[in-house]
Amino acid sequence: MMNTMTKVSHTEHHGPASGLGRWFFTTNHKDIGTLYLWFSFTMFLIGGCMALMIRAELFQPGLQLIQPEFFNQMTTMHGLIMVFGAVMPAFVGLANWMLPIMVGAPDMALPRMNNWSFWILPFAFAMMLSTFFMDGGAPNFGWTFYAPLSTTYAPPSVTYFIFAVHMMGISSIMGAINIIATILNMRAPGMTMMKLPLFVWTWLITAFLLIAVMPVLAGVVTMMLTDIHFGTSFFNAAGGGDPVLFQHVFWFFGHPEVYIMILPAFGIVSEIIPTFARKRLFGYSSMVYATSSIAFLSFIVWVHHMFTVGLPLMGELFFMYATMLIAVPTGVKVFNWVATMFRGSMTFETPMLFAIAFVVLFTIGGLSGLMLAIAPADFQYHDTYFVVAHFHYVLVPGAVFAIMAGVYYWLPKWTGHYYPETLGKVHFWCSFIGVNLTFFPMHFIGLAGMPRRVPDYALQFADFNMVASIGAFIFGFSQLIFLVVVIKTIRGGSPATAEVWDEPHGLEWTIPSPAPYHTFSTPPEVK
Amino acid sequence: MKAALILLLVSASNVPYARAEWQLNMRRGVTDISHSIFDLHMLIFWVCVAIAVVVFGVMFWSIFHHRKSRGAKAHNFHENTLVEIIWTLAPFAILIAMAIPATATLVKMYDPSDADLDIQVTGYQWKWRYQYLGQEVDFFSNTITPSEQINNQAPKSEHYLLEVDNPLVIPAGKKIRFLITSVDVIHSWWVPDFAVKKDAIPGFINESWTNVPEPGIYRGQCTELCGKNHGFMPIVVDVRTPADYELWLAQMKNRKAEEQSSAQQSMSMEALMEKGEAVYISSCAACHQLNGEGIPNVFPALNGSLIATGDISQHIDLVLNGKTGTAMQAFREQLSAVDLAAVITYERNAWNNNTGDKVEPAAIDELKMAAKQ
Ligand code: HEC
Ligand SMILES: [Cu+2]
Repeated sequence: MMNTMTKVSHTEHHGPASGLGRWFFTTNHKDIGTLYLWFSFTMFLIGGCMALMIRAELFQPGLQLIQPEFFNQMTTMHGLIMVFGAVMPAFVGLANWMLPIMVGAPDMALPRMNNWSFWILPFAFAMMLSTFFMDGGAPNFGWTFYAPLSTTYAPPSVTYFIFAVHMMGISSIMGAINIIATILNMRAPGMTMMKLPLFVWTWLITAFLLIAVMPVLAGVVTMMLTDIHFGTSFFNAAGGGDPVLFQHVFWFFGHPEVYIMILPAFGIVSEIIPTFARKRLFGYSSMVYATSSIAFLSFIVWVHHMFTVGLPLMGELFFMYATMLIAVPTGVKVFNWVATMFRGSMTFETPMLFAIAFVVLFTIGGLSGLMLAIAPADFQYHDTYFVVAHFHYVLVPGAVFAIMAGVYYWLPKWTGHYYPETLGKVHFWCSFIGVNLTFFPMHFIGLAGMPRRVPDYALQFADFNMVASIGAFIFGFSQLIFLVVVIKTIRGGSPATAEVWDEPHGLEWTIPSPAPYHTFSTPPEVK
Repeated sequence: MKAALILLLVSASNVPYARAEWQLNMRRGVTDISHSIFDLHMLIFWVCVAIAVVVFGVMFWSIFHHRKSRGAKAHNFHENTLVEIIWTLAPFAILIAMAIPATATLVKMYDPSDADLDIQVTGYQWKWRYQYLGQEVDFFSNTITPSEQINNQAPKSEHYLLEVDNPLVIPAGKKIRFLITSVDVIHSWWVPDFAVKKDAIPGFINESWTNVPEPGIYRGQCTELCGKNHGFMPIVVDVRTPADYELWLAQMKNRKAEEQSSAQQSMSMEALMEKGEAVYISSCAACHQLNGEGIPNVFPALNGSLIATGDISQHIDLVLNGKTGTAMQAFREQLSAVDLAAVITYERNAWNNNTGDKVEPAAIDELKMAAKQ
């Protein structure tokens, strides 16, 4: 199909700069992708340590290891770091690496801005983490930082948190602009929109979501800032303000945000399943339409996070119906993946294992999401561990598994070596068992009535909490296997072919492995 | 590794309080509404199970049969508009079937009219206040789980973390309307057995209601993160027969009168200090800490503080009226004159604060009365 092998060879005229300067000053999309991915993995481990601290404290009833005020800092920072530091940058890293190659472009459209989008992040997170060493401690009001707990009643470090959020927002917006510009302007001749790989499509839509909602997040933290320091009363009831307004603005950002974290995952899985089923993706165009409708619906469902704040009946009904509607396009995607596997010729290398686990476990998270959409029932589920179980199912075996699937899938292309398959499978099975052991019991303790964000709990919740904590440690330590796999693969291993897998589709498989520093300086011809 | 795990599990199951209560499902509760919600929950649950069985069934069937190692050859269909339309419309129909009972239940929940009794529920960091509107009954409900149990120095009691000093008492078989609000941050008042959960938001009054057919004790918790002791903000509702409820109401009114008269009696320094320590532990220690050292930059130390060792009227004013815009609440309404006098005396003489000052309940009572007029 896309024969570009010959074209690449003459483009390797210069390689990367040497030394540390390469990483600070690089404008190369592959280098920046690598930086993003390592940054995200570091954050994943830091946020993971916080999760383990939480689970260790919850291993038994009573306070054993940490005090409630520190516990609240742990839950808050765990959430913020995983969302903004681990999951989002990982997707941006994959986008940086793969999007230009997939559309047949030599690099991202705005390479200098690309460098800047990345290098803001380490500073933002250094500032965020430094709050642990401040008097009064780190932010302790939950990753949703509801006012007035996060304004009038917040520790002084909240100002640093606000600054850090602004920096992350700028980074995300610049990243999104870059991605849109690349996809719309830099496609190789013949690469029409409806030929784009799904990973490109889902990222295009995600980038629009980011541009739409990151300014809203910036707005809400700015309102907090002026409430705290400049005497305004946006969220202060005593001054005539409205604490519920905070939640509306936050979730107007927050709901699309959860799709920002899952749409690129859909894209990755839609690349992997066809490769290992040796069959084209079923319903390509319906996948594109489904993704677009999910993105649209994500703007009109935010209030389902707020069913108990005291809305009028009509409001509850509207947002309940709108939320239920999301099940339709999401269902279409799952059915398409299953139909792709159906009558294929499947093999189960590590990327495929993660992708299949994604489909199953994400669907479980989706189904519990459907239950949460039912407003009357949500009065019983809201702010319990049932919700914690739900969003961890869509984010950990959902988003995180998809990222890992993507890394295993493209690692041979990046490094030129196959990863050690057995070790990869060991990593998969440990993660799979750990994740379910951690999060499945949370459905039960949530239904039984355990609120979320508590450092201690009544005795009837003891047994399942213990199971969840054991699972968390299994999952957490399994990620060290992942680290070993990646390092081993970078250092050596059997050399990968250009195609890497059995007849995969896409431009990335037409260039040699490892991918040369510069690719597609002359655009490939896409037929 | 495995052996260690098993050992861990075995030893864990020997811990005395880890009673096996592997409860899997939602509580069915005791009210009409909680039953409707439970039925709705089970309905959606089985629908989800059915969907999962079909989808995962097909998927695992193909994973088993259409694998390369069994010689499966890939077919190459990749589109079918009819199939796509069917699997868009079928879920849509299922959703409509689920939306109908959900709407009906929601409409029922949103009808707080014709209540027999109105109770205002107010969230404070970290306790609840219950005011029986039109009845002159008004009290605070604090957790009573001792810190020794929380810190594992004493065995945990049966209702660990779910026990309070003054439960909310309501009559059985009557429609009770709750008016829910907060004075500081957002809390949420949840009693699972009633399926009542409503956020308590400063500046807003939310409505909710229940009608509990059977007397009994029902327990719940605050479910919105509200700061440090969010996990220690239980709710206990004591549902009594209407006759018992009336009896209790009369007692509460008596108690008020008694408090008023005891405020006029003078108390010895020892009595004040003893009482003061108890009040301090239940009402102040959560923030200012048992040792009076507070938490740096969040809650000030009282040991050696300028206010607790300086001008006494300023100290009294601060405790009675709190400081707006901070976590320091007004305790004027929360504590009786005796308790207030005792706790202020205690703060001025505990730790290294040896002012020797003594506050008389009568003086506080006067201030409380003055503010009422
Ligand atoms: C919810 C947390 C909280 C509780 C409970 C609490 N306080 Fe405070 N208290 C504070 C905060 C915060 C301040 C600081 C207010 C400010 O910014 O000036 C404070 C200040 C004080 C001060 C002044 C200290 C100084 O030197 O500035 C005194 C005295 C005091 N509280 C007494 C009490 C007493 C008595 C009780 C119990 C009846 C109590 N507090 C309960 C949070 C609390
Ligand atoms: Cu609370």
